Amino acid sequence: MDTRQQATITIPEQKEAVELTGGAALLEALLIEGVDTIFGYPGGAIMPIYDALYDYQDKLSHILVRHEQGGIHAGQGYARSSGKVGVVFATSGPGATNLVTGLADALIDSTPLVCITGQVFAHLLGTDAFQETDVINITTPVTKWNYQVTDAEEIPEVIAKAFYIARSGRPGPVLIDITKNAQIQKFSYPGYTPCDHIRSYRPKPIVRKEYIEQAAELINQAKKPFILWGQGVLLGYAENEFKAFVEKSGIPAAWTILGAGAIKTDHPLNVGMLGMHGNYGPNVLTNECDVLIAIGMRFDDRVTGRLDKYAKQAKIIHLDIDPAEIDKNVKATVPVWGDCKETLPLITELIQSNDHSAWLQKFRNYEKQEIEAVIQDELFPSSGQITMGEVIQQLNELTKSEAIIVTDVGQHQMVACRYAKFNHTRSNITSGGLGTMGFALPAAIGAKFGAPGRTVVAIIGDGGIQMTIQELGTIMQSGIHVKIIILNNEFLGMVRQWQELFHDKRYSFVNITSPNFVTVASGYGIPGKSVSERKDLKEALKEMLNHQGSFLLEVMVTKENNVFPMVPQGCSVSEIRLK
Amino acid sequence: MSKDQNKMSKANKVLPQGEDLGGAKREYNFTVYTENQIGLLNRIAIIFSRRKINIESLNTSPSEIESIHRFNIVIHETEDVVRKLARQIEKQVEVLKVYFNTNEDVIWQELALYKVPTDNIAEKASVERLLRQYGARAVVIRKDYTVFETTGHREETDALIEVLQPFGLIEFVRSARVAIIKGSSGFNVKLREFERTEPAPDVVENEYLNKRGDIFTM
Ligand SMILES: Cc1ncc(C[n+]2csc(CCOP(=O)(O)OP(=O)(O)O)c2C)c(N)n1
Repeated sequence: MDTRQQATITIPEQKEAVELTGGAALLEALLIEGVDTIFGYPGGAIMPIYDALYDYQDKLSHILVRHEQGGIHAGQGYARSSGKVGVVFATSGPGATNLVTGLADALIDSTPLVCITGQVFAHLLGTDAFQETDVINITTPVTKWNYQVTDAEEIPEVIAKAFYIARSGRPGPVLIDITKNAQIQKFSYPGYTPCDHIRSYRPKPIVRKEYIEQAAELINQAKKPFILWGQGVLLGYAENEFKAFVEKSGIPAAWTILGAGAIKTDHPLNVGMLGMHGNYGPNVLTNECDVLIAIGMRFDDRVTGRLDKYAKQAKIIHLDIDPAEIDKNVKATVPVWGDCKETLPLITELIQSNDHSAWLQKFRNYEKQEIEAVIQDELFPSSGQITMGEVIQQLNELTKSEAIIVTDVGQHQMVACRYAKFNHTRSNITSGGLGTMGFALPAAIGAKFGAPGRTVVAIIGDGGIQMTIQELGTIMQSGIHVKIIILNNEFLGMVRQWQELFHDKRYSFVNITSPNFVTVASGYGIPGKSVSERKDLKEALKEMLNHQGSFLLEVMVTKENNVFPMVPQGCSVSEIRLK
Repeated sequence: MSKDQNKMSKANKVLPQGEDLGGAKREYNFTVYTENQIGLLNRIAIIFSRRKINIESLNTSPSEIESIHRFNIVIHETEDVVRKLARQIEKQVEVLKVYFNTNEDVIWQELALYKVPTDNIAEKASVERLLRQYGARAVVIRKDYTVFETTGHREETDALIEVLQPFGLIEFVRSARVAIIKGSSGFNVKLREFERTEPAPDVVENEYLNKRGDIFTM
């Protein structure tokens, strides 16, 4: 299945130049870029754009969020589920500053976004005008590119650049700040030409044959090779190429949480999750393999643990589209800079079909130990309160691993990433690099708009839901169908776990009380249920999934469970603890 | 930033755990070719400040090519850190090309101006000897003050401060460093390649991959 859903750009026949306002020119550009959904919130400085939008309601669907942070996370969810660029509108000042967390999140997780902010009239810039903030400078460190438009004539070209930059190379968020005068200004609109080249920007490196050959040779000689893959495989739409490479090479492959789903969870060569709360085998054997093949991943510290004890015995092949990632954290023996959709097939062609079953068996042996020590009790507890793991386990069964799972940040996130099963790519949507609590509810809304045919289940902690709970209003008003599971342990669980393990159980402000979530949801017209007994869990999950519409299910789970295995901070991956 | 603060900022810099220092710290000269774009100076500056690295000297001005700007940035760091910084700078959309070089690989100069009371100079100093010895010239001579100018390396412009101090040096200013790369064949050819829609391989690719052990350019 080619997952590339990017709408092909059709340029309407060039008619005579027409008179348009800057605001209308912006919307024309969005239409030609294939945009169908905008997440936004109006305000003074963006009113001319919203006025123009009034006439485009039949072509562009605008989702009114409840907070701009919700808007941008929804844009991220949309981009991650659909593969298209997420589009977000916000007004100047507070509207724009509310985008900052989402921009930082999208930059570190390489999510393509185009955010449009209104700005005060150009002649007021720098006068501390009402709702004036220096948005360009505030957002510079958290955008791939940003630009301030003060003249409507710039709009077609700047928007074309924005989309090109957001989606090409290593994707990322772009912010365009448009002063109010430029939105109002009428100009002779020359039509829209999408951008496909910027002379100072080289998103797609030319592939170097000698490194392909060197990589293939290392792989052919390897006795204990190990593949690590990340979101780059998804971002490059290279799932098929990746699968072909894994299957021909016969090499065990493990994933970062953003890479999950590129090949099925149940694929025989998929050996599980990397990192701090990843699986036992992949972590331990990282320090035993002889060739490490890293594909579209950036050796984040949550994946590598202690760097000076990370895979020191191995030769490293690193495939990445971003040259700044090569040698950044881990020195590559063979750097394969390029788009993995191009580089993977070239390597696959040069490698011999192989079978590493004895080496693979080692992963499976560790898996057995992990099942006995951790997984069995987490997924199939016979007594005590409900565990987070068994909720995910039952969800897997009921959804047949077909759903999109959107997680927030904390213990429930790690548990969901560890145990959720995925049959399809673009199914695990989570805030990886930034770890933004409050991400899941709005991102789930966006994910559903981006993939309306799929079931979207948000899994959120009792802490994180309270950071963006206002987006229940967006669900209510838009009528979008999102399934919300709150795993309530009555704690800021992940912080509590660290306090228990590393701070002598001094629980400092991790005890969090919650409203009656079911009542809150019902206030928004969303049906819900709360369960705390094991015997009621499955029925409740079924009810949630079968309900035609959004549904909130609160599950009261064990209060003080810890997520294991765990690579404690400052330790090597091979020092991963099962208990 | 004062020298003391400067020392502190380096002492405080926390290196990521296990990072290979990539050799000793020394002075490096970045040469950065960019589009002429508002805000780009900030985008480049924060690459350093985010990592708590002090910029010792920064010069930016139009290059010999229309619409292209050239930055010269001097920092004191290890080669390993410098290489990573270069890649981060080159990653910026409006940056065309980044080079980095040690002091041995560049010809560099700084310009300095010195304002002294004309009376003192005329009476007490052998102006001619002074000018000749320090390669200085008088830019302005007025009744009340004289402004000298010299160019050179830091030690040379510093030395003239020492000499002029006893004569009542009123004001001193020094420019940022400008540096020419000894081994460069210029940017004109490269730029033409950038402008083609299908750039030539040696523009697109990362030159450092060719000679990863050597001094890095990309
Ligand atoms: C915006 C934000 N603030 C603080 C944190 C730090 N933090 C990480 S996990 C966590 C606890 C999350 O608690 P909860 O949402 O209840 O989920 P649980 O860990 O219990 O599953 C906190 C406070 C964060 N990641 N993001």
